[in-house]
Amino acid sequence: MTRRRTTTEGTAARRLLIALALAFLGFFLLLPLIAVFSEALKQGIGPFLDAVTSDDALSAIRLTLLVAAISVPVNMVFGVAASWAITKFQFPGKSLLITLIDLPFSVSPVVSGLIFVLLFGAHGWFGPWLAEHDVKIIFAVPGIVLATVFITFPFIARELIPLMMEQGKDDEEAAISLGASGWQTFWHVTLPNIRWGLLYGVLLCNARAMGEFGAVSVVSGHIRGETNTMPLHVEILYNEYDFVGAFAVASLLACLALVTLVAKTVLEWRFDIHGSAKH
Amino acid sequence: MPSHSPSTIKRPPGSWRQPSVLPGFRLTFGLSVTWLTLIVLIPLATIFMKSAGMGWHEFVQVGLSNRALAAYRLSFGTAAVAGLVNAVFGLLVAWVLVRYTFPGHKVVSALVDLPFALPTAVAGIALTAIYAPNGWIGQYLEPLGIKVAFTPLGIIVALVFIGLPFVVRSVEPVLADLGKDVEEAAATLGASRLQTFNRVIFPAIFPALLTGFALAFARGVGEYGSVIFISGNMPGRTEIAPLLIVTQLEQYAYNGATAIATVMMLASFGVLLALNLLQAARRRRYGA
Repeated sequence: MTRRRTTTEGTAARRLLIALALAFLGFFLLLPLIAVFSEALKQGIGPFLDAVTSDDALSAIRLTLLVAAISVPVNMVFGVAASWAITKFQFPGKSLLITLIDLPFSVSPVVSGLIFVLLFGAHGWFGPWLAEHDVKIIFAVPGIVLATVFITFPFIARELIPLMMEQGKDDEEAAISLGASGWQTFWHVTLPNIRWGLLYGVLLCNARAMGEFGAVSVVSGHIRGETNTMPLHVEILYNEYDFVGAFAVASLLACLALVTLVAKTVLEWRFDIHGSAKH
Repeated sequence: MPSHSPSTIKRPPGSWRQPSVLPGFRLTFGLSVTWLTLIVLIPLATIFMKSAGMGWHEFVQVGLSNRALAAYRLSFGTAAVAGLVNAVFGLLVAWVLVRYTFPGHKVVSALVDLPFALPTAVAGIALTAIYAPNGWIGQYLEPLGIKVAFTPLGIIVALVFIGLPFVVRSVEPVLADLGKDVEEAAATLGASRLQTFNRVIFPAIFPALLTGFALAFARGVGEYGSVIFISGNMPGRTEIAPLLIVTQLEQYAYNGATAIATVMMLASFGVLLALNLLQAARRRRYGA
């Protein structure tokens, strides 16, 4: 093939642009990642292991897993239902519905926490009623779950809507006209079609659910061993000048991020999730 | 096969959606709207209702106090600067990823999404370790008189980290879809490479670039976790608006927190609205 000089840059310009881009990414993305692991292992493996196996760290890990285990499936059910309604039917107000689903993306995490304090906090609207019935939401696990569900609300729907829009509804209509029930159609036709996109959404949703800081910080009350998630535990250790401990717990979260990135890349690469762009 | 184009099928009386052979509309629509209302709409509405209930005077006293105004200026200003930095470097990264091949291309492409996957608090303490006066890079900047951590510059660094993937991922698909034929036509007509970029490529990707900027900006205005470690949090100087909300909450000043949140949210919705109008204008123009 002859090279078309006119529609590409010269070798020198190309190398310069690549070098600039890599230098920028190196400074802003790679260096922080290296810093986390390097600071965590600064004093060797011993202090690192002590920090991540302390009682407070273990209880923070347990709480983080619990919160993700509740909020991800909840948003998965919602995401699939919303995508089904939006992509398989025509109704007025559809774009408004899509905009409203995206709303949590444009709200500051801190405000996302604040709204639940205003609703369920001691001075909140339902505060007195909750106190009377001895139900604790704010400064307790339910508040953390609520705030996380709010924050991760759009993730799965947002991945599924474009995917299902592109796939159309011919497969489902064929199944229905051949006599399949609605549930059969969903399980045997729709779900296999969307599974990789769904997994992709779950992956992103999970990463955010486990890593959320601002919203959870407002509703948690920072009670050690009780309402401390991993990111909050990082903050507490850091503010106590226990830097090795803070970076040790942070490095676990960084590992989660790396696993997420690898899985995401594999999904994109093997299953061509974003469809037509690559054809 | 039934056709669903809006013009050909009339809705039966009493039904506001187009008829379809597929089942499950009531279930899925009902579930989505109920869940959306309970988890998102009602909680968000409390902010505005509480604001409306507190009276104009009190609202202004806290929501527009000098300290709050300084915090908005800082949050919106640093988010705008970081968005601009990301618009330039995000375009560069997207360009390099779409147009060139080089060793490690896949790894670099995956790395771009790191800010989406890395918890913000982790990013915050890592950036502080790098840019603090005794940090990895900070120790070399300190003798030059450049302070990054605990100044507005540090906030910008954190917001550049957080916002980068928004710009790259907005611009990438548009750049990839841009046909070579227009560039070839420009070259055939005698345009230099730079002219082709300025007059052909840039106008085509500009809307996507603006979308990426707006997304990064909106995220930056509300960002908390990655900023509070590196910012130093001095009232009036390096105190961002989300932190001011937290400070108010810690003093049980719920009205104050709500007033500041309302101002921030109205501003954020303004950005979202502008973004949607922009996309609508773009769709009209390109007929997509």
